[in-house]
This record gives sequence, C-alpha cells and structure tokens, in this order.
Amino acid sequence: MKTKTTTTTTTTTETKIKSVTLLQKLKQIAQSFILWELLIGLKVTGRHFFARKVTIQYPEEKTPASVRFRGIHALRRYPNGEERCIACKLCEVVCPALAITIEAEPRKDGSRRTTLYEIDLFKCIYCGFCEESCPVDAIVETSIADYHFEKRGENILTKEKLLAIGDKYEKEIAAARTIDAKYR
Amino acid sequence: MNDMVEMIMTLLIIIAKSIAILVPLLLAVAYLTYAERKVIGFMQSRIGPNRVGPFGLFQPFADGLKLIFKEIIVPSKSNRYLFIIAPVLAMGPAIAVWAVIPFDEGLVLANINVGLLYVLMMTSLGIYGIIIAGWASNSKYAFLGALRSAAQIVSYEIAMGFALVGVLMAAQSMNLTEIVQKQNGGFWHWYWLPLLPLFLVYWISAVAETNRAPFDVAEGESEIVAGFHVEYAGIAFAIFFLAEYANMILVSTIAALLFLGGWLSPFQGMPILESAFTWVPGIVWLLLKISFFLFLLLWIRATFPRFRYDQIMRLGWKVFIPITLIWIVVLGIAIQAKIEPWFG
Repeated sequence: MKTKTTTTTTTTTETKIKSVTLLQKLKQIAQSFILWELLIGLKVTGRHFFARKVTIQYPEEKTPASVRFRGIHALRRYPNGEERCIACKLCEVVCPALAITIEAEPRKDGSRRTTLYEIDLFKCIYCGFCEESCPVDAIVETSIADYHFEKRGENILTKEKLLAIGDKYEKEIAAARTIDAKYR
Repeated sequence: MNDMVEMIMTLLIIIAKSIAILVPLLLAVAYLTYAERKVIGFMQSRIGPNRVGPFGLFQPFADGLKLIFKEIIVPSKSNRYLFIIAPVLAMGPAIAVWAVIPFDEGLVLANINVGLLYVLMMTSLGIYGIIIAGWASNSKYAFLGALRSAAQIVSYEIAMGFALVGVLMAAQSMNLTEIVQKQNGGFWHWYWLPLLPLFLVYWISAVAETNRAPFDVAEGESEIVAGFHVEYAGIAFAIFFLAEYANMILVSTIAALLFLGGWLSPFQGMPILESAFTWVPGIVWLLLKISFFLFLLLWIRATFPRFRYDQIMRLGWKVFIPITLIWIVVLGIAIQAKIEPWFG
C-alpha cells in the first residue's frame, strides 16, 4: 500500500514537469511567431533614434584636453624677447628617440646659445622628456594636436619654426604651465 | 502618313510618361541613400552626413559625382563583355517593373491584367545581373557572393510567390489597380489583416530578396569582402547600388499596394476623420505608406545582426513555405465562407 502511493506521487510530479515544459514550449513558439524578440530589438534602436547624439563635430568642436597634453614642440622666449635655450643639450641627451640635434657656439655678447636646434618629428615619440629635462623651460610640448606636412623635409622642425610656434602660442603655453606648476 | 504621326505621338507620350516615372524614382533612390545614412546614424547616436549643403542634403549628388569621375577598372582576367553587361542587367529589371505600378486611380503607365505576374517576373530577373557579375569578375569572393545571393533569392522567391498567391486569391485579380480597389473601405478593410501571416512572410522575404541586412550574406563584408560587386568600381558599382535601392523602393511599394491599400485613405468609413482628410490626394497616402516601409527597412538594418547562411535557408524553406501553404488553405476557406468585410 505504502509503495503504491509513492509511485502515484512520482507520476503526478512527472506529468507536472512535462506539462510545464509543454506550456513553456507553446509560449516559446507563440513568442517566436509574433516576432517578440525582434520587436524588443527594434525598440532599442528606436529609442536611440530619438536619443541625444554624441557626435563631436571636430574642426568646430573639440573634446577637452589636459594641460599636460603633449603635441607639437615649441621653443619659448623670455618676456624681453631673449630666447630661453642656453644650449645645455640635456634634451638632446635625454631624448630616447634621438630626435633632437643641437649645435652651439658662444654668441658675440658672450652668452651661450644654439646655432642649430632641430627636432625630427618622424623620430619623436612625444614622451615629453625634453620638456622635463629643460632647466630653463625653453623646449615645451604644446597642446596642438593637429598639424601636417606637405613636403619631404617639413618633418624637421628647425630653430626658426620652433621659435615661431613658441611666439605664436606663448599665451596658451604659459597658461597651461601655470595651471600645472604646483604638480611639477 | 497620318498613321505614322499618330505612332510617333504615342511613342513620345510613352517616353514622356516613362521619364515622369524615372526621374522621381532616381531622385528617390538618391535620397534613400541619404535617408539610410541619416537614420542609421541617428540609431547609432550619431548625426550622419551634414557637411554638403544644409543638413548634408546634397550628399547623394556629391557621392554620385565622385563615383562618375572614378575609373572603371575591368579586371584583366574577367569576361569583359559580361562584366560590363551585368550592372545593366541588374538595373534594367529594377526600373522596368515600375511600368505596371499604379500611383493613383488610373495613374499607371501600363495597366495590364497580369501586373502581379509581371512584377514577380521582373524582380526574379534581377538575379541574373548578380549571377553574371559574380561569374564575369573571375574572383573567388565575387563568385561566392553571387552563389549565395542566387540561392537566397531563389529560396525566398517561393515564399514570396505564395504570399502573393494569397493576395490574388483574395482580390480575384492580378491587376494591381483592381487589387487596390478591392481593398476599398478604410484601414480595417485592407489585406494586411486577413492576410497577416502572408504579409509578414512577404515583408521578410522582400528584405531577403533585396539582399538587405539581416539577409545580406551575399555582401557579407566580414567574410567575402563585398560579394558579387567586389571587382566593380566607379559608375559600374554605382549602378548596382542604384539597382539595390530601386528594388528597396519597389518592394516597399508592392507591400503598400497589396497589403496597405495603395493610394486609399486609411480613414475611409470613419465618421469625422474621413471628411477631414478627403482633400489629401491618393498619391500622398501611397507615398506615406512607401516611406513607412522604407523606414522599416532602414530600421531593420540598423537593428539586426546578419543571419548565418544555414539559418537563412532554414527560415525560407522550413518556416515560411509551410506558413504560406497553411494560410492559403485558411484563406480559401475564408473566401468560400465569404467572411465580411474582405471577401463579401
């Protein structure tokens, strides 16, 4: 008698499981035929259709950049117009890519200045070591990220070009250095 | 002499009518490419083309000009004659179908009684352009792409054909104008409701027929570069592109005509709305319905990932064909029972 009851209970549970799976199967079939999952997918893209767009329209808009951004190089001058660089050649020594070439001679007034200061931008890896090593804050990397060359040889930044960049962007360079000064 | 003049006159009128269809069609194709880039851009939280002209509205012409001025490269080992003729074979049928499409009551170039058959025939002919392009290119990717798209189009043609059989059973006619007129009576009288499964099958098959995502294994850029048109450049490629987009507009138009009552107003038989919208010409309703389907095509492309090849075949043969067969039987019973309001 006892064994009989146990068997009946097991069979009922078995049929219960079976009926549940059948129900689930029917539900699954119904869902696939009314394209339920596809509609959910369409809802996602439909929501994004009206969502705020994240595009930044580059030449007019730019993403915020850190003051430590390392872009194209520049040579700075003192406020009285005297160039800062004293041809100590620390940057040339520290440069891991050997991108900097410096030649120096004493000037007529006896001060030590460079006669040649060139950076090969094809070699430069923009590590910023030159800026860190400079005792007089002469060589710096500006935050200008977009520039290009049109002819062979334009990749070599000569002393004139470096000073010109420095003159042109002195305000920005100085502002960025002041903001970052307490961390250096 | 008089006969001659009359013949020339009829010919000129036919040509004028064709141009009246073709120019808006090509413009629509141009702006469909723009709409596609905009809509998909928006759905990806981008803004899409916006540089050429206001809101980028001249973008399609910039693209067209670029393609026209590019060199057409004919691969040295290709079959030159077939290589050149393939884009023409793809474009020809895509344009020719429009002869039987009614845009409004009586606004049709050729009101023939086998309109539906003609449409089916022309859309099937388009595959020759693709097969020949794949064969003539003499490149493995083009060849594989052509094989895939041929197999896909042939499989879905059957399901699509059965879906259209349902429509012609319901309308008792293959004349597209008559099919639309039979749906007269407002939103609930259109065939989308009694033929709902066939409508869905038709629409999904239509997406597959036009080789659009998620059925675009024929182009499958991650596997076979670009499929049948890898070797094409410049204007030859542009013609394939135009043919694909013309086909997109075509399947949307057919769907609007057969299932959504063509140029009929959706408000017929609704007390206030009907009189409020009587001033809207029929062609506007048709264009709205076509635009709805075109937007759906772009939406689908922006949403779903590509099917695997065997999944496409399974869906076509094992799901769609049985569904259409069953529903044709159900439809036959419904028509015999004269169920109102569709088959009364």
